[in-house]
Amino acid sequence: MDVKSMKNYLYWLYCQFELITCSYLMEPWEKLLFYTFNITMLVTVLYTAYIFVPVHISMAFQFFLHLFGNQQENTVSVVK
Amino acid sequence: MERPDRAAAALGARPRANGCSSAAHGTLRNGYINHIVHNGGLYKRPFNEAFEETPMLVAVLTYVGYGVLTLFGYLRDFMRQWKIEKCQNATEREEQKDFVPLYQDFENFYNRNLYMRIRDSWNRPICSVPGAKVDMMERVSHDYNWTFTYTGRVIKDIINMGSYNYLGFAQNAGTCQEAADKVLSQYGAGVCSTRQEMGNLDKHEELEKLVARFLGVESAMAYGMGFATNSMNIPALVGKGCLILSDELNHASLVLGARLSGATIRIFKHNNMQSLEKLLKDAIVHGQPRTRRPWKKILILVEGIYSMEGSIVRLPEVIALKKKYKSYLYLDEAHSIGALGPSGRGVVEYFGLNPEDVDVMMGTFTKSFGAAGGYIGGKKELIDYLRTSSHSAVYATSMSPPVVEQIITSMKCIMGEDGTTVGKARVQQLAENTRYFRRRLKEMGFIIYGNEDSPVVPLMLYMPAKIGAFGREMLKRNIGVVVVGFPATPIVESRARFCLSAAHTKEMLDTALKEINEVGDLLQLKYSRHRLVPLLDRPFDETTYEETED
Repeated sequence: MDVKSMKNYLYWLYCQFELITCSYLMEPWEKLLFYTFNITMLVTVLYTAYIFVPVHISMAFQFFLHLFGNQQENTVSVVK
Repeated sequence: MERPDRAAAALGARPRANGCSSAAHGTLRNGYINHIVHNGGLYKRPFNEAFEETPMLVAVLTYVGYGVLTLFGYLRDFMRQWKIEKCQNATEREEQKDFVPLYQDFENFYNRNLYMRIRDSWNRPICSVPGAKVDMMERVSHDYNWTFTYTGRVIKDIINMGSYNYLGFAQNAGTCQEAADKVLSQYGAGVCSTRQEMGNLDKHEELEKLVARFLGVESAMAYGMGFATNSMNIPALVGKGCLILSDELNHASLVLGARLSGATIRIFKHNNMQSLEKLLKDAIVHGQPRTRRPWKKILILVEGIYSMEGSIVRLPEVIALKKKYKSYLYLDEAHSIGALGPSGRGVVEYFGLNPEDVDVMMGTFTKSFGAAGGYIGGKKELIDYLRTSSHSAVYATSMSPPVVEQIITSMKCIMGEDGTTVGKARVQQLAENTRYFRRRLKEMGFIIYGNEDSPVVPLMLYMPAKIGAFGREMLKRNIGVVVVGFPATPIVESRARFCLSAAHTKEMLDTALKEINEVGDLLQLKYSRHRLVPLLDRPFDETTYEETED
């Protein structure tokens, strides 16, 4: 039962996507072209995110840690 | 609804310049551009007009949709140019390719690439009288709307929400039809002449006297075509050296008539009296552009109900301005005659004004009277002048006698002179239907434009794919609607326009509303956020056309 209503909801979402991007009005070959382009772009973006985002986050984290660590040492040396 | 509270609160509001007063702040909800005017006695009833602002997300997505379609349009044009795809639309011949291109402007691009995709929602052939229910011939297209074929099946009893049948006189049985039948056997169908030569029948004289009595003017003249009434008579009234002040959203017939006349045309913002007054003041103070001479005539062109917006003209204010600056008023009551006013006499009666204040009252018989043609009413000298000098009177064939009889019978029915109360009942039924339908649609959450009392109900769709989807889905559910897009409306404000009728029973309206609700949920059309902006208390200047929230 839940699966059926989930499937209906997903189909309705797909219909909304079709209406908003006007692929509802396109001929089948145009739809194929449009979806291929979209899915390719989406996959590229996701793949790039998968590769680069963890590296960037860890680099940023290290940078802030380094900054914070330096500050600690400085205050220690000043206060004595 | 809340109207009595708002009216009561508004009565205590303080007056502004020009006699206008704005409603008190606490009575309106945010985001809803609502104009309620209580104007020191100019308006005898609250004037409730609203044009809700487009939600930002919807506007962005509409542009996204149009962007995608434009890109695909360029792709298809490229393919057609390089013969990868067969070109099915009109192009120039090979010999003409070196001349000025005919089909490269935006309108033709739109036509080839966007209009063709949703073309099946228009020009649908009907095969019965367009009353409250209509029969339609089913057609399919196998090449994406470039050509259509009929399947042979007739879709029966489609609820007709698109015909201008305000009082339900589009009937093929009843008193009007019997009277027209008798006249047809007596006079025949054709007149074979113009009014000035041999085409002036006694039926035409009878009709004109009746129209003059109906409107409350001295004299009237009837023409065979409503569009021609406007476009052929405005040139007879004004010429070079005159000024025409025309509303932004006037009908094509008024625009054409104004351009044909050769007068200077200035546009004022839709239904905006401050804009009109500014133009009038400038015209009187500065006169004609180079010579500074005073204008020979200033003519204000307005319509009673604007059919794309569903708004009603602010007639009391227009008449007050007209009297103050000594100009003339041309009122086009194409949609409002028969549809407004307690006894159906139009927008002048709706506001309780004197018909003699309007210099030229024009209207059509196409909408509320179930016939065809137009009329102009006014003072006797004016109409006598138009009889001799209007192009329509001199060159156009006069009206066909059965059509004239249909108008005479329906007008007598509305006035109550046929001895029954059918006319009065129809006018009241239309007003009830209008209020009920609009209230229900607003409660469902759609964005509806226009005045509370106008029988033309535009429902906003915005996105181009939804135009086609709405038309098709409603037809699947046996309801015929008219959807409108560019170029009749601005490109991002496409809408579905419902025309209510006195012939619609409450059951029909309930069925229609149920289906509209379903389709609205299916297509996600319920954009209204019911936000109202309190009316801002500052004087009008050029940049403040739409009230926005602070």
